[in-house]
Amino acid sequence: MSDLQTADGPLLAADGTSLKASISRALRRQKIRALLLVAPLFLFICITFLAPIADMLFRSVENNIVPETLPQTTQAIQAWDPKSGEAPGEAVYAALYADLKVAVKARNHTKVASRLNYETPGIASLFRKSGRRIKKMKDGNYKEQFLKMDKNWGKLFVWETIHRFSGPYTSGYFLSSVDAEKTSEGVLLKPEDERLYLYLLWRTMLLSVVITITCVLLGYPIAYILADLPLRTSNLLMILVLLPFWTSLLVRTSSWIVLLQEQGVINDFLVMLGIIDDQSRLTLMYNETGTVIAMTHILLPFMILPLFSVMKTVSPSYMRAAKSLGASDWTAFWRVYFPNTIPGIGAGGVLVFILAIGYYITPELVGGTSGIFISNRIAYHISSSLNWGLGAALGVMLLGVVLVMYFIYDKIVGIDNVKLG
Amino acid sequence: MITKLKYAIAAGTFAIAAALAPHAAEADTMTIVSWGGAYSKSQLRAYHEPYMKKNPGVKIINDESSAEAVAKLRAMAEAKNTTWDVVDVVAADAIRLCDEGLAMTIDPDKHLAKAPDGTPASKDFGDLLVSECFIPQIVYSTTFGYRTNVKEWGSKEPKDVCAVFDTKNFPGKRSLEKRPVNNLEWALLCDGVAPNKVYNVLGTPAGIDQALKKLATIKDHIIWWSAGAETPQRLADGQIVMGSTYNGRLFSVIEEQKQPVKMLWDWQVFDLDGWIIPAGLSDARKKRALDYVKFATDTQRLADQAKYISYGPARKSSAPLVGKHADLGIDMAPHMPTDPKNAKTTLLYNYEFWADNRDDIDAKFQAWLTK
Repeated sequence: MSDLQTADGPLLAADGTSLKASISRALRRQKIRALLLVAPLFLFICITFLAPIADMLFRSVENNIVPETLPQTTQAIQAWDPKSGEAPGEAVYAALYADLKVAVKARNHTKVASRLNYETPGIASLFRKSGRRIKKMKDGNYKEQFLKMDKNWGKLFVWETIHRFSGPYTSGYFLSSVDAEKTSEGVLLKPEDERLYLYLLWRTMLLSVVITITCVLLGYPIAYILADLPLRTSNLLMILVLLPFWTSLLVRTSSWIVLLQEQGVINDFLVMLGIIDDQSRLTLMYNETGTVIAMTHILLPFMILPLFSVMKTVSPSYMRAAKSLGASDWTAFWRVYFPNTIPGIGAGGVLVFILAIGYYITPELVGGTSGIFISNRIAYHISSSLNWGLGAALGVMLLGVVLVMYFIYDKIVGIDNVKLG
Repeated sequence: MITKLKYAIAAGTFAIAAALAPHAAEADTMTIVSWGGAYSKSQLRAYHEPYMKKNPGVKIINDESSAEAVAKLRAMAEAKNTTWDVVDVVAADAIRLCDEGLAMTIDPDKHLAKAPDGTPASKDFGDLLVSECFIPQIVYSTTFGYRTNVKEWGSKEPKDVCAVFDTKNFPGKRSLEKRPVNNLEWALLCDGVAPNKVYNVLGTPAGIDQALKKLATIKDHIIWWSAGAETPQRLADGQIVMGSTYNGRLFSVIEEQKQPVKMLWDWQVFDLDGWIIPAGLSDARKKRALDYVKFATDTQRLADQAKYISYGPARKSSAPLVGKHADLGIDMAPHMPTDPKNAKTTLLYNYEFWADNRDDIDAKFQAWLTK
């Protein structure tokens, strides 16, 4: 001790270096080792999770295809004033001719046409037609030749679209995702009969909340019984919870179709019992009811499992203590047991809600028209219409909603109050 | 212990190497993408098996991904690793793929076989070559089937497509495809629009409103479908009394499963299905894909497919060669959508119109659906 503790010098380690440096060196080594152990997973998450998300976020604003395919036109059109009420001058048409000539050779003109057609229908065929005929065009008098080829080349809406989407970035996708569009009078909501996404988002949230609440109501008693029973029985019953969990999603959804349809098992049974008339069979699916029923069943294990593991940790002696102090069964449950299980409800609720909000296979199969979610439209834009930009913007919106909900949850309940066991 | 571990590592390495190197097998396997079900089976028997017999070195792998082919091809092209060799798509998708530069352009007279009488392929396929990347294979139609034993209908039987909109005489649920294409055309036809004016009307906002208004009259009676198998299934279950689907699916419900269902050919909508070859294949794969396509779309092969499924061959020269069903032994010609008796009133899918307006009208249609 005494040779370490010199009266006025710094503390020294056994090898004579300063103790502080020695400790920090040892700690650093430990930190590096820890980092190296985490590194594979960290890299894996970066490559397979964060990078794709970043790429998707980027797609929702990217518009490179227009300035890259039509470099001269997008430049020349800057001088044109859309409010002038006239088509642009000869210089723009000459630039268009030069750009199209290059693009047709590389077969890019149809790509830019598909992009612009998302904003203004009709542009796709205009470009395709022009691509076929551009070889026959002669030098000079381009405006006249283009107008002769298709009178739409003289229309304002074509040039307004090109003018508006001439930059490398665009807010067009995000505006579409909230049912708005950029017009010559600024940003406006789309006409009533084309508004879709805000309403769908609202419905997705509403149905997800309903599904979460039904999951709590159904899952809580089950988890309570499972936690209360002796281990052998509860393990056996647990299999009943887990078996559907392990069954394919499609199989479970299809079996709900068998049960719920108008000629299905439930309706047949009710008719047989004489509870309902054969003519007035219940419409249990192809609407929100179907979505809520099937998704509650599918997501129920995600509620039961966290609830069960939290309930397991609530000591039975708490309840005994409450009762011995004179509480009724209900008071003991409500004032002692229930507050102890709130972290489980929180965990299950967050899990079910976040899973529900992004579901699309089950709503597609049993949701009909009033039970589909916004993710069904995302799937449509990714796989069918190929409008990945709009799909990405909708995805970003959904991600934003989840983050906001998470934030609100953290403010109200507190995220430390979530327990998975 | 150490040696055991070494073996295990060596074996693991091999397994990983094998998994990472599908290209090693590239020389003799060819991935052909199609729709699955009875349709893929008909292709297997009419095209794949004879082709493999003729070229013993080649093995064809059937992938049933045509429904998501457009998105997958785009993803493959972005990853610069196209693993498919030949892809079966509907014409509208072929046009989209061609526009996006994801499919290779085809010169029919250079790449495809002549008809037996020497007619060049471009003439033999004629108008059906709707895109420069598209090699037509079959003509199919989307049309209605109805149950023949509906009590409420009494002795009445639907005669034309407007029965779909007539819930008074023909009560019961109907199923329609969950997209605007075809449904809006039928709605306008039954709302008194002249057949040759349908697309002029549909091209205006008022026309779309008119069609949606007509559809709204039966909205509560519609169950929407998104997969071709749904309508036949629901017809067989008695869940619906009539519904639209592809004619080949109805054929199998009626002739193979013997369900009490009949076809309503009135105003069937013709559409095309065929091959595309993905852009950016290596020269060797491209050559083989072209060789396959040339074989599989010659006059005899197209006629052969009709033995297994009731879709019409896309070549004019194949029509006289269509014979009997290979298993059922019934004459196939009267079941073809192109048979004169069935094709009294028809529409052809308007590719140009829908390529331009699909996104826009679809947004309106979806907004209408969700309200």
